[in-house]
Amino acid sequence: MMFDSWQAFFAMGGHGLYVWMAYSAAAALLVANLAGLRAERRRARRQLQGQLRSGAGEGSDASEAP
Amino acid sequence: MTLKEFWHRLGSPKWFYQMSGPWQRVFAALAVLLIVVGMAWGLAFAPPDYQQGNSFRIIYVHVPAAILAQSVYVALGAAGVLLLVWRMKMAQLVLENLVGFGAWMTALALFTGAVWGKPTWGTWWVFDGRTTSTLVLLFLYFGLYALRRAIPAREAAGRACALLAVVGVINIPVIKYSVEWWTTLHQGATFKLTEAPAMPASMWAPLLVNVLGAYCLFAANLIAKLRTAILRQEQGTAWVREWAGQEARP
Repeated sequence: MMFDSWQAFFAMGGHGLYVWMAYSAAAALLVANLAGLRAERRRARRQLQGQLRSGAGEGSDASEAP
Repeated sequence: MTLKEFWHRLGSPKWFYQMSGPWQRVFAALAVLLIVVGMAWGLAFAPPDYQQGNSFRIIYVHVPAAILAQSVYVALGAAGVLLLVWRMKMAQLVLENLVGFGAWMTALALFTGAVWGKPTWGTWWVFDGRTTSTLVLLFLYFGLYALRRAIPAREAAGRACALLAVVGVINIPVIKYSVEWWTTLHQGATFKLTEAPAMPASMWAPLLVNVLGAYCLFAANLIAKLRTAILRQEQGTAWVREWAGQEARP
C-alpha cells in the first residue's frame, strides 16, 4: 500500500480530482455496459416467448421469419 | 475437428450460439477478476511516478481503453473483409454489434486522456498526432453507426459498413506511429514487442493485468451481443423456438 491513510488515498497527492474522475468514468461505463447487455437479452427473450405463445401450433417455419 | 470444419462452423450462427455460452461465462469471470485486481493494484499498490506523482495512475484506465478502442476497430475491419469476400453471416453480426462498444471505449480513452493531460500537460486537449488520430477513430465509429441506420436494407447496409470499416483501418497505424512521426505532447508507447518496458515491473505489471482484463471484457461483451443478436436473427427457426420454450419454464 502506497498511502498512509484513507485521506491520503482519496487525495492522491493533490491529483485526486483527476484520478477519481478517470476511474469513475471507467466504472460507470462498465456498469452501464453490463446493464445494457442484460436489458437487451431480457427484451429479446420476452419477445421470442411472446411469439411462441401467440404462434404456437401454427407450424410456421424459418422462411417466414421477418 | 479440422481447421476447415471449424471455419465453416464459425460461420453458422446456430453452432456459435450453442458453443458460446460457456465461453461467455469464462471471459466474463476473467474480465471481472483481472479488472478488479488490476484497478486496485494500480490505484493503491503501484508506486507513484517520480515526475507525475499520483496522476500517473490514470494510465491503468487510459491505456487499456485506448488499446481496446483500436483492437475493436481492427476486429471490425477483419469482419468487413470476411463479409465482403466470403459473405459470412457471422461477420455481418459482428459488424452490427461491435460499433457501440468500440465507440464507448474510444470516448473513454479520450476522456481519461483529457483528465490526465490537465495536471500533466496543463491542458485538457491539444491537437497533437495521437489525440487527433484517436478523435478521427471516434468519428469513424460514428460513421459506421450512422451508415448502418441510413440504409434500410440490411444486406446493403452491411456491405457499406464493411467497406467503411476496411478503409478506416488505415487510421490504426497512424494512431500507432503518431507518437513517433509527430513528437509533440503525447508520450511514447508503454509496451513494445521488441524491447522491455521503460518503466519498472511494479508499474507495468498492473497495467498488463488491466490490458488482459480489457481483452476478456471485449470477448465477453462481443459474445453476449452476438448471442442476443443471433436469437433475434434466427427467430422462427426450430432451434430458437425450442430455446424460447425451455427458457419459458420456471
